[in-house]
Amino acid sequence: MTQPQTIVDKIWEQHVVHSEQGKPDLLYIDLHLVHEVTSPQAFDGLRMTNRSVRRPDLTLATVDHNVPTTDRTLPNPDPLSTQQIEVLRTNCNDFDIPLWDIFDLRQGIVHIISPEHGLTQPGMTIVCGDSHTSTHGAFGALAFGIGTSEVEHVLATQTLPQSRPKTMSVEVTGELGFGVTAKDVILAIIQRTGVDGGVGHVIEYRGDVIRNLSMEERMTVCNMTIEGGARAGLIAPDEKTFQYLRGKEFSPSGLDWDRQVENWKKLVSDDGAIFDKSIVLDGNNIAPHVTWGTTPAQSVPVSDVVPNPDDATTASSRETAQRALKYMGLEAGTAITDIGIDRVFIGSCTNGRIEDLRRAATIIDGQKVSSSVNAMIVPGSGKVKQQAEEEGLDVIFKDAGFEWREPGCSMCLGMNPDILLPQERCASTSNRNFEGRQGAGGRTHLVSPEMAAAAAISGNFVDVREII
Amino acid sequence: MKEVKQVRGNAIPLNRADVDTDQIIPKQFLKRIERTGYGEFAFFDWRKDDDFITNRPQYQGAPIMLAQQNFGCGSSREHAVWALEDMGVEAIIAPSFGDIFRNNCSKVGLLTIQLDQDDVDYLMSRAEELPEGEIVINLENQTVMIGSDWSRQFKIDEFVKHRLLNGLDDIGITLANEEKISSFEEIRSIFLPSTDQAGQDNLKIN
Ligand code: SF4
Repeated sequence: MTQPQTIVDKIWEQHVVHSEQGKPDLLYIDLHLVHEVTSPQAFDGLRMTNRSVRRPDLTLATVDHNVPTTDRTLPNPDPLSTQQIEVLRTNCNDFDIPLWDIFDLRQGIVHIISPEHGLTQPGMTIVCGDSHTSTHGAFGALAFGIGTSEVEHVLATQTLPQSRPKTMSVEVTGELGFGVTAKDVILAIIQRTGVDGGVGHVIEYRGDVIRNLSMEERMTVCNMTIEGGARAGLIAPDEKTFQYLRGKEFSPSGLDWDRQVENWKKLVSDDGAIFDKSIVLDGNNIAPHVTWGTTPAQSVPVSDVVPNPDDATTASSRETAQRALKYMGLEAGTAITDIGIDRVFIGSCTNGRIEDLRRAATIIDGQKVSSSVNAMIVPGSGKVKQQAEEEGLDVIFKDAGFEWREPGCSMCLGMNPDILLPQERCASTSNRNFEGRQGAGGRTHLVSPEMAAAAAISGNFVDVREII
Repeated sequence: MKEVKQVRGNAIPLNRADVDTDQIIPKQFLKRIERTGYGEFAFFDWRKDDDFITNRPQYQGAPIMLAQQNFGCGSSREHAVWALEDMGVEAIIAPSFGDIFRNNCSKVGLLTIQLDQDDVDYLMSRAEELPEGEIVINLENQTVMIGSDWSRQFKIDEFVKHRLLNGLDDIGITLANEEKISSFEEIRSIFLPSTDQAGQDNLKIN
């Protein structure tokens, strides 16, 4: 009898090109996504060594990290960003790589555009020079972020030497309460495991709560896997996955579709498969979360208060918490709902998809953004923006006083002009609350789109369960 | 990649946990298209404090960095490794590292050494008390030594060690298996998506 396998084992074995004692396995890469920030030095490396791109037909590039989100027909005021975008154009042109450029409707955040066109499919290996590549795991793909040296390696060989990761099962049981979202699930998981709990592992998310999430919600969960230290996180494909992919531009069709679905159905962890690590969370107990510190693990339920660093169990976590509070300008014991905000950012590869905007719109409909708040919505892609406009969401947002922007990463990392000023406090649907992430000195609180929308209207955090 | 056999010199005690790559090299410097010159921007925001550890004269040019758990967590930006390398750091010792960062270090030729928390704390306090104290790291023997009385063995992936000791380029090693890649491609499923119909500019806005 064969040993029961995890989904990771199965995908891994289907992609090993070469295996040798004492060396990492050489894995074949099915899709390589490229963007302007982590690729220039990789293409330079190819030129210096006279190498070509092995499979431009398994590669796709877009511009997202530093594109302006204001009117793009105007000149880009930032010469360095302009240069980086230009360099990507030249590289794609020289090496024959398809590029979804700034005026292409398909342009957008790399982790949003690939799934929405059906390029991300179950069982694939997917890499990108970006740590949130874990997003694609929502489809049962093995997807992880790589550095620039590895980008060059994949460009040149379409493979990557990788040591087999350990596996970790994260099971979320029960049912989510009203107003509790996928964002809260992943924040609760990271609060529990810590920012390094997943290091060296690939996570498989399981359990009823995960099964009941939509594909877009599953992407939100997998997206933030890296914030818990794991490079990849995935969810076994099911009917929802197939429904989502059916009829997409890059999905198989006709008889091919039927055959692929049969293959995809096998991508589940067998009964009795062994994980190196397992945790179980009760979904019934998860509340809307708000981060109070400078790591994504530093979060509490919205009904709670800013924790006291003295309650930390180790000297180093106490010191880390003290530093975080100082940076965030917060006092221990303050009720989360007493924290006032200056900015709201709804967008990013975590929460910049159409369902996120729809849910934010339900809260905002007919309301006004608080006079003390500057709020913006940045759709994750051209298609998301178009869809939202067809549904009239943009009107709801604009009427309420939100800025409605062009697609890109925007204030998730502030490589373009969308940044926080020092000490500005932001309710953000993005994934990192690191010091200075959204602008030097800026203070980020990570929340769900619903919570961000509600905070925009009130000017401080509110428990979204009390208003919907 | 250059060879790494031994790293010898004093150490910068960066006594902080969860130092993310956004701190090591903030985003505004990721717009550069060059591979070098990032050193002066390392820890850009923290360095504004004159007393920040890398600003202290006694640690200038130290080839070793000591840090706390989960060093290099966060984004995949290899610029973080390039910045440390450009600052003169050749080896980092910590109780644990972010996965992608550690992997990037191994590609660039920066040695990452994982030691027990107690050992890191010990080295940290030695480096704080005696900034010029010399640490000797020997990759062949996998040892970290300080003075004549303290040494520890560290673990390292055998293949990473082999590559570092010989300064081997990953792409070169892989391309030696080019035939295997080609045969894999022949049997690869034809149902998998390809981007060659992705075309350019066929869906212009406006
Ligand atoms: S939206 Fe943020 S996290 Fe996502 S790819 Fe862009 S910068 Fe990275």
